[in-house]
This record gives sequence, C-alpha cells and structure tokens, in this order.
Amino acid sequence: MTFRRYLVLVGVSVFAVTGDSLVSRGMKQAGSISLHDLPSIVLVVFRPEIALGILFLLAFFACYTSALSWADLTYVLPATSISFILLTLVAKFILHENISLARWLGVILISIGVGVVTQGPALTHPPQKRKAECLSASARLEP
Amino acid sequence: MSQLYAWGAVATIVTASTAGDVLLSRGMKQVGDVAELRRNAGLGTVIARVLRNPNFVLGVSCMAAAFYAMLFGLSWADVSLVVPASTSLTFVTNAIAAKFFLHERVDQRRWMAALLVAGGVVLLAL
Repeated sequence: MTFRRYLVLVGVSVFAVTGDSLVSRGMKQAGSISLHDLPSIVLVVFRPEIALGILFLLAFFACYTSALSWADLTYVLPATSISFILLTLVAKFILHENISLARWLGVILISIGVGVVTQGPALTHPPQKRKAECLSASARLEP
Repeated sequence: MSQLYAWGAVATIVTASTAGDVLLSRGMKQVGDVAELRRNAGLGTVIARVLRNPNFVLGVSCMAAAFYAMLFGLSWADVSLVVPASTSLTFVTNAIAAKFFLHERVDQRRWMAALLVAGGVVLLAL
C-alpha cells in the first residue's frame, strides 16, 4: 500500500460524508417534495448545496471504483467505514449534537474494525491469477 | 404486516447493494489498476474501458435498484430500522459474497473487521 492509495481510501470516506451532508442540508432547506411533483424533483439538483453535494458524491464514486481496481471488496468496505466515525465527529464538534454512550461505543467498534483490516493485505488473489491478469491487461494495452 | 414489509425492503436493499458491490468489484478488477492504466493509456481510455465493462454497468444498475428500494422502504418503515439494518447486514453479506463469487481470501481478520463494523453501525443508530 502506497501513500497515494491510502489517500484514495480517505477520499472515499471524506467525499461520501461531505456529499451526503450537503445533499441532506440542501434537501432540508428545499422542504418536502411530493414524488408526483416531477419538475420540483428535477429542479432541486440546481440548488447550489445539492449540486455541490452531487459533485462530491461523483468524486466519492470515482475514488471507490479506483480503490476496487487494486484492492479487495472485503478490504475497501471496512477500511472506508471511517466515514461513520467522521460523521459522528462532525455531528459532535460542528453540529454540537449530543452523542450517546452507545454511539461512542459504535465509533470505537468501527475504529477497531478499520484498524484490524488495514493491518492486513489489500489484495488476496492467488499470485498466478494476478500475474495472468496483469499479463492480459498489458497485452490489451498493446496497440 | 408492516414489519414484514420493512424486512422485505431491508432484504431487497441488502441483496441489490451486495450484488452491486460484487459486480463493481469484479468489473474494476477486469479493468485493472486505474492509476497505472491512466499513466499508460490516458484518462479517456480508462473511462471508456470502465463504461464498456458489462459487470460495471450491471453493478451500477444494481446500486440504483438498491437506492430505489431504500426510497420505497423508507416510505413504509422507520429510518431507524431500515438504514442501520440494511447498512450493517450489507457488510456481512458482502464478506460472504466476496468469498464465494470473487474468491477473495476472507480470513479471520476480514471477518472480524466486517462484524465489528456491522455491530458499530447498529450501535450508531441507537
């Protein structure tokens, strides 16, 4: 694992949290929208906070798919669950919400989970298969 | 009856999002390391290869299905049940699916991480 790859995993979490928070805030400001009111549903994406939120969610998806191109699914999912920890910290220190003991316990469990999985290898494919995949990938790159 | 609907929604969300994650992961492994590919062939090639991958397209469709199942689920049942239940169960079903469909070596460490995160997510919703 290189520093750059850790940065991609952090990107998955940070972009997801920022995107979700922005969309959530924008939707709350927009008020309740009926499912039958199609123009409002479409127009809501032009609200600045929602548009910015969608951009962050696109960045999240780019980082997520990039991470899946070099790491196992069972590595990426627990490793990027630091987003739950970030979300709780944002709730506590920026939104000044009251965080119950159970939620702090949840944050501790997730932190241990992240620690446990990131100590191990990111990819567990059999080496022969990986080698074959690499060879076919480079063969595909040939003009 | 409403309990049945709620758990039906949870089961649908979990199934669709697990299928989405597994297909996306398989598709991206077929595409190969995107950073390396971008260095060798440029960003356009990366995007074209990702968008042309059938597993990727199917995976994104499954994720969209999971999103809509979540929307419908939320109109039938409480957020406090549907969101934590589906999120935490997805960590466990993904570990099982990754073992059988992606042939990842899900060892004790990976199991422990998946279960710790799943448990943590449930506690966060309390």
